[in-house]
Amino acid sequence: MMHVLTDPLHYGFIRHALVVCTFAGGLCGLLGVFVTLKGMSYIGHGLSHAIFGGAAICAAIGLNFFIGAGIWGLASGLSISRVTRRKLIASDAAIGVITTASFAFGIALLGLYSRVKQSIEATVFGSVLGVSVADMMIIICVTAATIVVVVAFYRKLLFTTFDAEVAEVSGVRTDRIDALLMLLLCGAILTSMKVLGVTLIAAALVIPPVVARMLTNTFSRMLWISSGIGAVSGLVGMYLSYHLDISSGATIVLVNFAVFAVVFATTGPKRLQRAVPGPSTTGAGFSPSRQSAP
Amino acid sequence: MTTLVEPLITVTALSCRYDGETVLAGIHLIVGAGDFTGIVGPSGSGKTTLLKALLGSVAPNAGTITRRPGLRIGYVPQVETINWSFPVTVSDVVLMARPQRLLAPWPTRAEKAEVTHTLERLGIAALGHRHIRELSGGQQQRVFIARAMLGSPQLLIMDEPTSGVDVRTRHEVVHLLAELNASGLAVILSTHDLNGIASHLPHLVCLNRTIQGAGSPRDVLTPDVLQRTYGAPMDVLEHAGMPIVVDRAGDWADVIELRRRA
Repeated sequence: MMHVLTDPLHYGFIRHALVVCTFAGGLCGLLGVFVTLKGMSYIGHGLSHAIFGGAAICAAIGLNFFIGAGIWGLASGLSISRVTRRKLIASDAAIGVITTASFAFGIALLGLYSRVKQSIEATVFGSVLGVSVADMMIIICVTAATIVVVVAFYRKLLFTTFDAEVAEVSGVRTDRIDALLMLLLCGAILTSMKVLGVTLIAAALVIPPVVARMLTNTFSRMLWISSGIGAVSGLVGMYLSYHLDISSGATIVLVNFAVFAVVFATTGPKRLQRAVPGPSTTGAGFSPSRQSAP
Repeated sequence: MTTLVEPLITVTALSCRYDGETVLAGIHLIVGAGDFTGIVGPSGSGKTTLLKALLGSVAPNAGTITRRPGLRIGYVPQVETINWSFPVTVSDVVLMARPQRLLAPWPTRAEKAEVTHTLERLGIAALGHRHIRELSGGQQQRVFIARAMLGSPQLLIMDEPTSGVDVRTRHEVVHLLAELNASGLAVILSTHDLNGIASHLPHLVCLNRTIQGAGSPRDVLTPDVLQRTYGAPMDVLEHAGMPIVVDRAGDWADVIELRRRA
Protein backbone atom coordinates (compact mmCIF):
# COMPACT_ATOMS: atom_id res chain seq x y z
CA MET A 1 0.00 0.00 0.00
CA MET A 2 2.76 2.42 0.98
CA HIS A 3 4.43 2.11 -2.41
CA VAL A 4 1.30 3.61 -3.99
CA LEU A 5 2.06 6.77 -2.05
CA THR A 6 5.86 6.68 -2.17
CA ASP A 7 6.58 5.51 -5.73
CA PRO A 8 5.62 8.81 -7.38
CA LEU A 9 7.91 10.67 -4.98
CA HIS A 10 10.97 9.20 -6.72
CA TYR A 11 10.43 11.62 -9.60
CA GLY A 12 11.24 15.25 -8.99
CA PHE A 13 8.60 16.68 -11.34
CA ILE A 14 5.91 14.49 -9.73
CA ARG A 15 6.88 15.79 -6.27
CA HIS A 16 6.53 19.33 -7.62
CA ALA A 17 3.24 18.44 -9.27
CA LEU A 18 1.86 16.98 -6.04
CA VAL A 19 2.57 20.25 -4.25
CA VAL A 20 1.19 22.36 -7.11
CA CYS A 21 -1.99 20.26 -7.43
CA THR A 22 -2.63 20.42 -3.67
CA PHE A 23 -2.16 24.18 -3.55
CA ALA A 24 -4.11 24.69 -6.81
CA GLY A 25 -7.05 22.71 -5.44
CA GLY A 26 -7.02 24.56 -2.12
CA LEU A 27 -6.65 27.97 -3.77
CA CYS A 28 -9.48 27.35 -6.23
CA GLY A 29 -11.62 26.00 -3.38
CA LEU A 30 -11.01 29.14 -1.32
CA LEU A 31 -11.79 31.66 -4.07
CA GLY A 32 -14.58 29.48 -5.43
CA VAL A 33 -16.60 30.32 -2.29
CA PHE A 34 -16.81 33.97 -3.33
CA VAL A 35 -17.37 33.09 -6.98
CA THR A 36 -20.28 30.73 -6.32
CA LEU A 37 -21.93 32.89 -3.65
CA LYS A 38 -21.81 35.89 -5.98
CA GLY A 39 -23.63 33.76 -8.55
CA MET A 40 -20.70 33.94 -10.96
CA SER A 41 -19.81 30.26 -11.27
CA TYR A 42 -19.36 30.75 -14.99
CA ILE A 43 -16.52 33.22 -14.46
CA GLY A 44 -13.89 30.55 -13.75
CA HIS A 45 -14.72 28.93 -17.06
CA GLY A 46 -14.74 32.28 -18.86
CA LEU A 47 -11.63 33.69 -17.28
CA SER A 48 -9.56 30.58 -17.95
CA HIS A 49 -10.62 30.78 -21.61
CA ALA A 50 -9.71 34.47 -21.71
CA ILE A 51 -6.31 33.70 -20.23
CA PHE A 52 -5.88 31.01 -22.89
CA GLY A 53 -5.92 33.80 -25.47
CA GLY A 54 -3.20 35.61 -23.54
CA ALA A 55 -1.22 32.39 -23.18
CA ALA A 56 -1.38 31.82 -26.94
CA ILE A 57 -0.02 35.31 -27.61
CA CYS A 58 2.78 34.78 -25.07
CA ALA A 59 3.73 31.49 -26.69
CA ALA A 60 3.63 33.03 -30.18
CA ILE A 61 5.85 36.02 -29.39
CA GLY A 62 7.98 34.35 -26.70
CA LEU A 63 6.79 36.50 -23.80
CA ASN A 64 6.73 35.20 -20.21
CA PHE A 65 3.48 33.27 -19.69
CA PHE A 66 2.65 34.71 -16.26
CA ILE A 67 3.17 38.32 -17.31
CA GLY A 68 1.40 38.22 -20.65
CA ALA A 69 -1.49 35.91 -19.76
CA GLY A 70 -1.83 37.61 -16.37
CA ILE A 71 -2.27 41.07 -17.87
CA TRP A 72 -4.65 39.68 -20.50
CA GLY A 73 -6.71 37.79 -17.91
CA LEU A 74 -6.88 40.71 -15.49
CA ALA A 75 -7.98 43.06 -18.26
CA SER A 76 -10.70 40.58 -19.24
CA GLY A 77 -11.80 40.13 -15.62
CA LEU A 78 -11.99 43.87 -14.96
CA SER A 79 -13.90 44.37 -18.20
CA ILE A 80 -16.45 41.74 -17.13
CA SER A 81 -16.69 43.31 -13.69
CA ARG A 82 -17.19 46.79 -15.12
CA VAL A 83 -19.82 45.74 -17.67
CA THR A 84 -21.70 43.74 -15.00
CA ARG A 85 -21.61 46.56 -12.39
CA ARG A 86 -22.96 49.05 -14.90
CA LYS A 87 -25.75 46.53 -15.59
CA LEU A 88 -25.27 46.94 -19.32
CA ILE A 89 -25.79 43.20 -19.75
CA ALA A 90 -26.05 40.26 -17.33
CA SER A 91 -22.80 38.81 -15.93
CA ASP A 92 -23.13 35.49 -17.80
CA ALA A 93 -23.59 37.35 -21.09
CA ALA A 94 -20.64 39.66 -20.30
CA ILE A 95 -18.44 36.64 -19.55
CA GLY A 96 -19.61 34.92 -22.73
CA VAL A 97 -18.91 37.90 -24.97
CA ILE A 98 -15.54 38.93 -23.58
CA THR A 99 -13.94 35.57 -22.89
CA THR A 100 -15.06 33.56 -25.90
CA ALA A 101 -13.61 36.26 -28.15
CA SER A 102 -10.32 35.89 -26.32
CA PHE A 103 -10.48 32.09 -26.58
CA ALA A 104 -11.23 32.29 -30.31
CA PHE A 105 -8.24 34.58 -30.71
CA GLY A 106 -6.07 31.93 -29.04
CA ILE A 107 -7.43 29.23 -31.36
CA ALA A 108 -6.69 31.44 -34.37
CA LEU A 109 -3.11 31.87 -33.18
CA LEU A 110 -2.83 28.09 -32.89
CA GLY A 111 -3.68 27.82 -36.56
CA LEU A 112 -1.22 30.53 -37.61
CA TYR A 113 1.74 29.42 -35.50
CA SER A 114 1.95 25.61 -35.48
CA ARG A 115 4.97 25.67 -33.13
CA VAL A 116 2.71 27.07 -30.45
CA LYS A 117 0.41 24.06 -30.61
CA GLN A 118 2.30 21.74 -28.27
CA SER A 119 2.52 24.07 -25.27
CA ILE A 120 -1.04 25.26 -25.78
CA GLU A 121 -2.46 21.72 -25.78
CA ALA A 122 -0.90 21.15 -22.37
CA THR A 123 -2.56 24.38 -21.22
CA VAL A 124 -5.97 23.26 -22.43
CA PHE A 125 -6.06 19.82 -20.78
CA GLY A 126 -3.56 20.14 -17.95
CA SER A 127 -0.21 18.43 -17.72
CA VAL A 128 2.29 17.72 -14.94
CA LEU A 129 5.22 17.09 -17.25
CA GLY A 130 6.45 20.63 -17.28
CA VAL A 131 5.91 21.47 -13.59
CA SER A 132 9.08 23.05 -12.25
CA VAL A 133 10.35 24.24 -8.90
CA ALA A 134 9.56 27.77 -10.06
CA ASP A 135 5.91 26.78 -10.70
CA MET A 136 5.79 25.31 -7.21
CA MET A 137 7.22 28.41 -5.58
CA ILE A 138 4.91 30.69 -7.56
CA ILE A 139 1.73 28.87 -6.49
CA ILE A 140 2.87 28.74 -2.86
CA CYS A 141 3.46 32.51 -2.92
CA VAL A 142 0.13 33.19 -4.69
CA THR A 143 -1.73 31.01 -2.18
CA ALA A 144 -0.05 32.73 0.78
CA ALA A 145 -0.81 36.17 -0.67
CA THR A 146 -4.43 35.16 -1.31
CA ILE A 147 -4.87 33.93 2.27
CA VAL A 148 -3.40 37.17 3.65
CA VAL A 149 -5.72 39.28 1.47
CA VAL A 150 -8.82 37.20 2.33
CA VAL A 151 -8.07 37.46 6.06
CA ALA A 152 -7.24 41.17 5.86
CA PHE A 153 -10.34 42.07 3.87
CA TYR A 154 -12.60 39.32 5.24
CA ARG A 155 -15.35 41.63 6.48
CA LYS A 156 -15.44 43.72 3.32
CA LEU A 157 -15.36 40.64 1.09
CA LEU A 158 -18.19 39.04 3.08
CA PHE A 159 -20.32 42.20 3.07
CA THR A 160 -19.77 42.83 -0.65
CA THR A 161 -20.53 39.22 -1.53
CA PHE A 162 -23.69 39.12 0.60
CA ASP A 163 -25.17 42.56 0.03
CA ALA A 164 -23.14 44.84 -2.26
CA GLU A 165 -25.74 47.63 -2.24
CA VAL A 166 -25.74 48.12 1.53
CA ALA A 167 -21.98 47.53 1.69
CA GLU A 168 -21.54 50.46 -0.70
CA VAL A 169 -23.83 52.66 1.41
CA SER A 170 -21.90 51.59 4.52
CA GLY A 171 -18.65 52.94 3.11
CA VAL A 172 -17.19 49.82 1.50
CA ARG A 173 -15.66 50.54 -1.92
CA THR A 174 -17.30 47.53 -3.54
CA ASP A 175 -15.78 48.35 -6.93
CA ARG A 176 -12.32 47.99 -5.43
CA ILE A 177 -13.27 44.82 -3.57
CA ASP A 178 -14.62 43.31 -6.81
CA ALA A 179 -11.41 44.30 -8.62
CA LEU A 180 -9.34 42.76 -5.81
CA LEU A 181 -11.32 39.52 -6.07
CA MET A 182 -10.80 39.51 -9.83
CA LEU A 183 -7.05 40.00 -9.32
CA LEU A 184 -6.91 37.05 -6.89
CA LEU A 185 -8.96 34.94 -9.26
CA CYS A 186 -6.64 35.69 -12.17
CA GLY A 187 -3.66 34.76 -10.00
CA ALA A 188 -5.31 31.47 -9.01
CA ILE A 189 -6.26 30.55 -12.58
CA LEU A 190 -2.85 31.47 -13.98
CA THR A 191 -0.96 29.39 -11.45
CA SER A 192 -3.38 26.45 -11.54
CA MET A 193 -3.90 26.32 -15.29
CA LYS A 194 -0.84 24.22 -16.03
CA VAL A 195 -1.99 21.26 -13.91
CA LEU A 196 -5.77 21.69 -14.09
CA GLY A 197 -6.13 22.81 -17.69
CA VAL A 198 -8.27 25.56 -19.18
CA THR A 199 -11.28 23.35 -19.72
CA LEU A 200 -11.40 21.81 -16.23
CA ILE A 201 -10.43 24.69 -13.93
CA ALA A 202 -14.04 25.88 -13.62
CA ALA A 203 -14.96 22.61 -11.90
CA ALA A 204 -12.19 23.10 -9.33
CA LEU A 205 -13.66 26.55 -8.59
CA VAL A 206 -17.27 25.41 -8.29
CA ILE A 207 -17.48 21.85 -6.89
CA PRO A 208 -15.60 22.33 -3.55
CA PRO A 209 -17.69 25.37 -2.45
CA VAL A 210 -20.91 23.64 -3.47
CA VAL A 211 -19.96 20.63 -1.35
CA ALA A 212 -18.87 22.91 1.51
CA ARG A 213 -22.18 24.76 1.38
CA MET A 214 -23.98 21.42 1.69
CA LEU A 215 -22.00 20.76 4.88
CA THR A 216 -22.21 24.10 6.71
CA ASN A 217 -24.38 27.17 7.26
CA THR A 218 -21.45 29.39 8.24
CA PHE A 219 -19.38 31.48 5.84
CA SER A 220 -16.05 31.13 7.68
CA ARG A 221 -16.44 27.34 7.93
CA MET A 222 -17.38 27.21 4.27
CA LEU A 223 -14.03 28.83 3.43
CA TRP A 224 -12.13 26.22 5.45
CA ILE A 225 -14.11 23.22 4.21
CA SER A 226 -14.02 24.28 0.56
CA SER A 227 -10.27 24.92 0.67
CA GLY A 228 -9.74 21.56 2.41
CA ILE A 229 -11.84 19.62 -0.10
CA GLY A 230 -10.03 21.38 -2.96
CA ALA A 231 -6.57 20.64 -1.54
CA VAL A 232 -7.28 16.96 -0.75
CA SER A 233 -8.91 16.47 -4.17
CA GLY A 234 -5.82 18.03 -5.78
CA LEU A 235 -3.48 15.68 -3.92
CA VAL A 236 -5.54 12.51 -4.46
CA GLY A 237 -6.26 13.48 -8.06
CA MET A 238 -2.55 13.90 -8.75
CA TYR A 239 -1.77 10.44 -7.33
CA LEU A 240 -4.51 8.98 -9.51
CA SER A 241 -3.14 10.84 -12.51
CA TYR A 242 0.25 9.21 -11.94
CA HIS A 243 -1.06 5.68 -11.38
CA LEU A 244 -3.72 5.73 -14.12
CA ASP A 245 -1.58 7.74 -16.55
CA ILE A 246 -4.30 10.24 -17.47
CA SER A 247 -4.34 14.03 -17.33
CA SER A 248 -4.14 15.60 -13.88
CA GLY A 249 -7.00 18.04 -14.57
CA ALA A 250 -9.39 15.18 -15.29
CA THR A 251 -8.49 13.11 -12.21
CA ILE A 252 -8.67 16.11 -9.86
CA VAL A 253 -12.11 17.08 -11.12
CA LEU A 254 -13.27 13.44 -10.93
CA VAL A 255 -12.14 13.25 -7.29
CA ASN A 256 -14.00 16.52 -6.63
CA PHE A 257 -17.09 15.02 -8.21
CA ALA A 258 -16.73 11.81 -6.17
CA VAL A 259 -16.69 13.91 -2.97
CA PHE A 260 -19.78 15.74 -4.19
CA ALA A 261 -21.55 12.46 -4.96
CA VAL A 262 -20.76 11.02 -1.50
CA VAL A 263 -21.92 14.18 0.30
CA PHE A 264 -25.04 14.41 -1.87
CA ALA A 265 -25.89 10.77 -1.17
CA THR A 266 -25.37 11.35 2.55
CA THR A 267 -27.08 14.71 3.01
CA GLY A 268 -29.81 14.60 0.36
CA PRO A 269 -31.23 17.03 -2.19
CA LYS A 270 -32.36 19.64 0.37
CA ARG A 271 -28.75 20.43 1.21
CA LEU A 272 -27.97 20.70 -2.50
CA GLN A 273 -30.82 23.19 -2.91
CA ARG A 274 -29.31 25.53 -0.33
CA ALA A 275 -25.93 25.22 -2.07
CA VAL A 276 -27.35 25.85 -5.52
CA PRO A 277 -30.54 27.84 -4.84
CA GLY A 278 -33.11 28.19 -7.58
CA PRO A 279 -34.64 31.50 -8.63
CA SER A 280 -37.35 31.21 -5.97
CA THR A 281 -34.95 31.49 -3.07
CA THR A 282 -32.65 34.28 -4.16
CA GLY A 283 -32.92 37.64 -5.77
CA ALA A 284 -36.22 39.40 -6.03
CA GLY A 285 -38.36 36.29 -6.29
CA PHE A 286 -40.84 34.82 -3.86
CA SER A 287 -39.18 33.63 -0.68
CA PRO A 288 -40.97 30.62 0.84
CA SER A 289 -39.22 31.01 4.19
CA ARG A 290 -40.75 34.45 4.65
CA GLN A 291 -44.26 33.17 4.14
CA SER A 292 -44.04 30.10 6.35
CA ALA A 293 -43.28 31.66 9.70
CA PRO A 294 -42.56 29.05 12.37
CA MET B 1 -42.25 69.39 8.38
CA THR B 2 -40.56 72.08 10.46
CA THR B 3 -38.53 71.51 13.55
CA LEU B 4 -37.03 73.92 16.04
CA VAL B 5 -33.73 72.07 16.18
CA GLU B 6 -31.44 71.70 13.18
CA PRO B 7 -32.99 69.20 10.71
CA LEU B 8 -31.23 65.89 10.10
CA ILE B 9 -31.45 66.32 6.33
CA THR B 10 -32.54 69.27 4.20
CA VAL B 11 -33.26 68.60 0.53
CA THR B 12 -33.54 71.64 -1.72
CA ALA B 13 -34.62 71.60 -5.38
CA LEU B 14 -33.25 68.08 -5.87
CA SER B 15 -33.21 66.59 -9.36
CA CYS B 16 -31.83 63.17 -10.34
CA ARG B 17 -31.48 61.64 -13.79
CA TYR B 18 -30.74 58.10 -15.03
CA ASP B 19 -29.56 57.63 -18.61
CA GLY B 20 -30.84 61.05 -19.58
CA GLU B 21 -34.28 60.50 -18.07
CA THR B 22 -35.41 62.68 -15.16
CA VAL B 23 -36.38 60.48 -12.20
CA LEU B 24 -36.76 63.21 -9.59
CA ALA B 25 -37.34 66.92 -10.15
CA GLY B 26 -37.64 69.89 -7.83
CA ILE B 27 -37.80 67.91 -4.59
CA HIS B 28 -37.90 69.92 -1.36
CA LEU B 29 -37.90 67.89 1.84
CA ILE B 30 -36.88 68.37 5.44
CA VAL B 31 -36.22 65.38 7.69
CA GLY B 32 -36.31 66.33 11.35
CA ALA B 33 -35.24 64.43 14.46
CA GLY B 34 -37.97 61.99 15.50
CA ASP B 35 -39.89 62.22 12.20
CA PHE B 36 -41.74 59.16 10.91
CA THR B 37 -42.33 59.64 7.20
CA GLY B 38 -43.66 57.35 4.51
CA ILE B 39 -42.96 57.89 0.82
CA VAL B 40 -45.69 56.52 -1.43
CA GLY B 41 -46.00 56.43 -5.19
CA PRO B 42 -46.31 54.05 -8.13
CA SER B 43 -43.46 51.85 -9.39
CA GLY B 44 -40.82 53.98 -11.08
CA SER B 45 -41.95 57.14 -9.29
CA GLY B 46 -38.49 57.74 -7.83
CA LYS B 47 -39.04 56.45 -4.26
CA THR B 48 -35.88 54.33 -4.13
CA THR B 49 -33.86 57.03 -5.90
CA LEU B 50 -34.96 59.58 -3.29
CA LEU B 51 -33.96 57.23 -0.46
CA LYS B 52 -30.58 56.60 -2.10
CA ALA B 53 -30.08 60.32 -2.59
CA LEU B 54 -30.74 60.83 1.13
CA LEU B 55 -28.19 58.10 1.86
CA GLY B 56 -25.67 59.74 -0.44
CA SER B 57 -25.32 56.80 -2.82
CA VAL B 58 -27.03 58.63 -5.69
CA ALA B 59 -25.57 61.99 -6.68
CA PRO B 60 -28.03 64.78 -7.52
CA ASN B 61 -27.95 66.36 -10.96
CA ALA B 62 -29.25 69.59 -9.46
CA GLY B 63 -30.16 70.88 -6.04
CA THR B 64 -28.56 70.20 -2.67
CA ILE B 65 -28.83 67.66 0.13
CA THR B 66 -27.53 69.01 3.43
CA ARG B 67 -26.97 66.49 6.22
CA ARG B 68 -26.42 67.48 9.83
CA PRO B 69 -22.68 67.12 10.57
CA GLY B 70 -21.93 63.68 12.04
CA LEU B 71 -25.36 62.35 11.09
CA ARG B 72 -25.56 58.56 11.47
CA ILE B 73 -27.93 56.83 9.05
CA GLY B 74 -28.98 53.18 9.11
CA TYR B 75 -30.26 51.60 5.89
CA VAL B 76 -32.45 48.53 5.47
CA PRO B 77 -32.80 47.36 1.84
CA GLN B 78 -35.75 45.46 0.46
CA VAL B 79 -35.47 42.03 2.07
CA GLU B 80 -36.78 40.50 -1.15
CA THR B 81 -33.35 41.19 -2.65
CA ILE B 82 -31.57 39.12 0.03
CA ASN B 83 -30.07 35.74 -0.84
CA TRP B 84 -31.57 33.67 1.97
CA SER B 85 -29.38 30.70 1.10
CA PHE B 86 -26.20 32.65 1.87
CA PRO B 87 -24.27 30.92 4.68
CA VAL B 88 -24.58 33.52 7.43
CA THR B 89 -26.06 33.51 10.91
CA VAL B 90 -28.04 36.34 12.47
CA SER B 91 -24.96 37.58 14.37
CA ASP B 92 -22.86 37.49 11.18
CA VAL B 93 -25.37 39.74 9.40
CA VAL B 94 -25.56 42.25 12.25
CA LEU B 95 -21.76 42.39 12.51
CA MET B 96 -21.55 43.35 8.83
CA ALA B 97 -22.28 46.87 10.03
CA ARG B 98 -18.63 46.94 11.15
CA PRO B 99 -16.86 46.39 7.80
CA GLN B 100 -13.85 48.62 8.34
CA ARG B 101 -11.81 46.40 10.69
CA LEU B 102 -8.86 44.95 8.77
CA LEU B 103 -6.47 42.04 9.43
CA ALA B 104 -8.56 40.46 12.23
CA PRO B 105 -11.93 39.30 10.88
CA TRP B 106 -13.21 37.80 14.15
CA PRO B 107 -15.35 40.05 16.38
CA THR B 108 -13.86 41.75 19.42
CA ARG B 109 -15.40 41.31 22.87
CA ALA B 110 -16.87 44.82 22.61
CA GLU B 111 -18.38 44.06 19.21
CA LYS B 112 -19.93 40.83 20.51
CA ALA B 113 -21.48 42.72 23.42
CA GLU B 114 -22.79 45.40 21.07
CA VAL B 115 -24.36 42.81 18.76
CA THR B 116 -25.97 41.03 21.74
CA HIS B 117 -27.32 44.33 23.08
CA THR B 118 -28.80 45.27 19.69
CA LEU B 119 -30.40 41.84 19.24
CA GLU B 120 -31.86 42.09 22.77
CA ARG B 121 -33.29 45.51 21.98
CA LEU B 122 -35.05 44.05 18.95
CA GLY B 123 -36.23 40.95 20.79
CA ILE B 124 -34.19 38.40 18.82
CA ALA B 125 -31.26 37.80 21.20
CA ALA B 126 -31.96 34.05 21.29
CA LEU B 127 -31.59 33.79 17.50
CA GLY B 128 -27.96 34.97 17.19
CA HIS B 129 -26.62 31.60 16.08
CA ARG B 130 -29.51 30.71 13.77
CA HIS B 131 -29.16 30.80 9.98
CA ILE B 132 -31.16 33.67 8.45
CA ARG B 133 -33.32 31.29 6.43
CA GLU B 134 -34.58 29.59 9.60
CA LEU B 135 -36.41 32.75 10.76
CA SER B 136 -39.94 33.99 10.24
CA GLY B 137 -40.59 37.01 8.00
CA GLY B 138 -40.82 39.39 10.97
CA GLN B 139 -37.64 38.01 12.53
CA GLN B 140 -35.80 38.34 9.23
CA GLN B 141 -36.82 41.99 8.97
CA ARG B 142 -35.67 42.53 12.57
CA VAL B 143 -32.22 41.12 11.70
CA PHE B 144 -31.70 43.73 9.01
CA ILE B 145 -33.04 46.49 11.23
CA ALA B 146 -30.58 45.28 13.89
CA ARG B 147 -27.73 45.59 11.38
CA ALA B 148 -28.80 49.15 10.61
CA MET B 149 -29.15 49.90 14.35
CA LEU B 150 -25.65 48.69 15.28
CA GLY B 151 -24.18 52.08 14.48
CA SER B 152 -26.72 53.83 16.78
CA PRO B 153 -28.23 55.80 13.89
CA GLN B 154 -30.33 58.94 14.31
CA LEU B 155 -32.17 58.17 11.08
CA LEU B 156 -33.37 54.80 9.77
CA ILE B 157 -34.11 54.56 6.04
CA MET B 158 -36.07 51.53 4.85
CA ASP B 159 -36.93 50.56 1.29
CA GLU B 160 -40.29 48.75 1.08
CA PRO B 161 -40.02 47.10 4.54
CA THR B 162 -43.28 45.19 4.12
CA SER B 163 -43.08 44.29 0.45
CA GLY B 164 -44.14 40.66 -0.09
CA VAL B 165 -44.74 39.86 3.58
CA ASP B 166 -47.90 38.47 5.16
CA VAL B 167 -50.30 40.51 7.31
CA ARG B 168 -48.89 39.31 10.63
CA THR B 169 -45.34 40.25 9.61
CA ARG B 170 -46.55 43.63 8.38
CA HIS B 171 -48.15 44.34 11.78
CA GLU B 172 -45.00 43.20 13.56
CA VAL B 173 -42.75 45.46 11.47
CA VAL B 174 -44.99 48.53 11.79
CA HIS B 175 -45.24 48.12 15.57
CA LEU B 176 -41.48 47.68 15.86
CA LEU B 177 -40.83 50.82 13.81
CA ALA B 178 -43.34 52.77 15.91
CA GLU B 179 -41.50 51.65 19.09
CA LEU B 180 -38.12 52.68 17.64
CA ASN B 181 -39.57 56.02 16.53
CA ALA B 182 -41.05 56.59 19.99
CA SER B 183 -37.54 56.11 21.43
CA GLY B 184 -36.32 59.07 19.33
CA LEU B 185 -35.21 57.44 16.07
CA ALA B 186 -36.31 59.21 12.89
CA VAL B 187 -37.70 56.79 10.29
CA ILE B 188 -38.23 57.23 6.55
CA LEU B 189 -39.65 54.36 4.56
CA SER B 190 -41.02 53.80 1.09
CA THR B 191 -44.12 51.70 0.63
CA HIS B 192 -46.72 50.63 -1.90
CA ASP B 193 -49.14 49.72 0.87
CA LEU B 194 -51.48 52.69 1.27
CA ASN B 195 -53.92 51.08 3.71
CA GLY B 196 -51.68 48.66 5.62
CA ILE B 197 -48.79 51.07 6.23
CA ALA B 198 -49.13 54.59 4.84
CA SER B 199 -52.44 55.49 6.49
CA HIS B 200 -50.94 54.57 9.91
CA LEU B 201 -47.95 56.92 9.61
CA PRO B 202 -47.92 60.48 10.98
CA HIS B 203 -46.49 62.01 7.79
CA LEU B 204 -46.63 61.05 4.12
CA VAL B 205 -44.97 62.24 0.94
CA CYS B 206 -46.79 61.36 -2.29
CA LEU B 207 -44.19 61.12 -5.03
CA ASN B 208 -44.33 60.75 -8.76
CA ARG B 209 -41.14 62.34 -10.08
CA THR B 210 -42.12 65.45 -8.15
CA ILE B 211 -43.81 65.74 -4.77
CA GLN B 212 -47.56 65.62 -5.39
CA GLY B 213 -48.55 66.11 -1.78
CA ALA B 214 -47.04 66.06 1.72
CA GLY B 215 -48.67 66.04 5.13
CA SER B 216 -50.72 63.79 7.37
CA PRO B 217 -52.54 60.83 5.76
CA ARG B 218 -55.82 62.70 6.14
CA ASP B 219 -54.31 65.65 4.21
CA VAL B 220 -52.73 63.74 1.33
CA LEU B 221 -54.74 60.54 0.91
CA THR B 222 -57.38 62.38 -1.08
CA PRO B 223 -58.81 61.49 -4.51
CA ASP B 224 -57.16 64.54 -6.03
CA VAL B 225 -53.64 63.87 -4.72
CA LEU B 226 -53.94 60.13 -5.43
CA GLN B 227 -55.06 60.84 -9.00
CA ARG B 228 -52.00 63.05 -9.53
CA THR B 229 -49.68 60.53 -7.88
CA TYR B 230 -50.94 57.27 -9.39
CA GLY B 231 -52.68 58.55 -12.53
CA ALA B 232 -55.71 56.42 -11.65
CA PRO B 233 -59.04 57.39 -10.08
CA MET B 234 -59.36 56.30 -6.45
CA ASP B 235 -61.92 56.88 -3.75
CA VAL B 236 -61.11 57.44 -0.09
CA LEU B 237 -63.37 56.01 2.64
CA GLU B 238 -63.01 56.35 6.37
CA HIS B 239 -62.59 53.46 8.79
CA ALA B 240 -62.00 53.92 12.54
CA GLY B 241 -60.96 57.51 11.89
CA MET B 242 -58.38 56.55 9.23
CA PRO B 243 -58.54 57.07 5.47
CA ILE B 244 -58.93 53.87 3.44
CA VAL B 245 -58.06 54.03 -0.28
CA VAL B 246 -60.17 51.95 -2.67
CA ASP B 247 -60.50 51.69 -6.44
CA ARG B 248 -63.18 54.01 -7.78
CA ALA B 249 -66.61 52.38 -7.88
CA GLY B 250 -67.58 51.66 -11.48
CA ASP B 251 -63.99 51.72 -12.71
CA TRP B 252 -64.04 47.91 -12.97
CA ALA B 253 -67.52 47.71 -14.49
CA ASP B 254 -66.19 46.68 -17.91
CA VAL B 255 -64.08 43.87 -16.36
CA ILE B 256 -67.05 42.65 -14.31
CA GLU B 257 -69.23 42.71 -17.41
CA LEU B 258 -66.68 40.70 -19.42
CA ARG B 259 -66.45 38.10 -16.63
CA ARG B 260 -70.24 37.92 -16.40
CA ARG B 261 -70.49 37.25 -20.14
CA ALA B 262 -67.79 34.58 -19.94
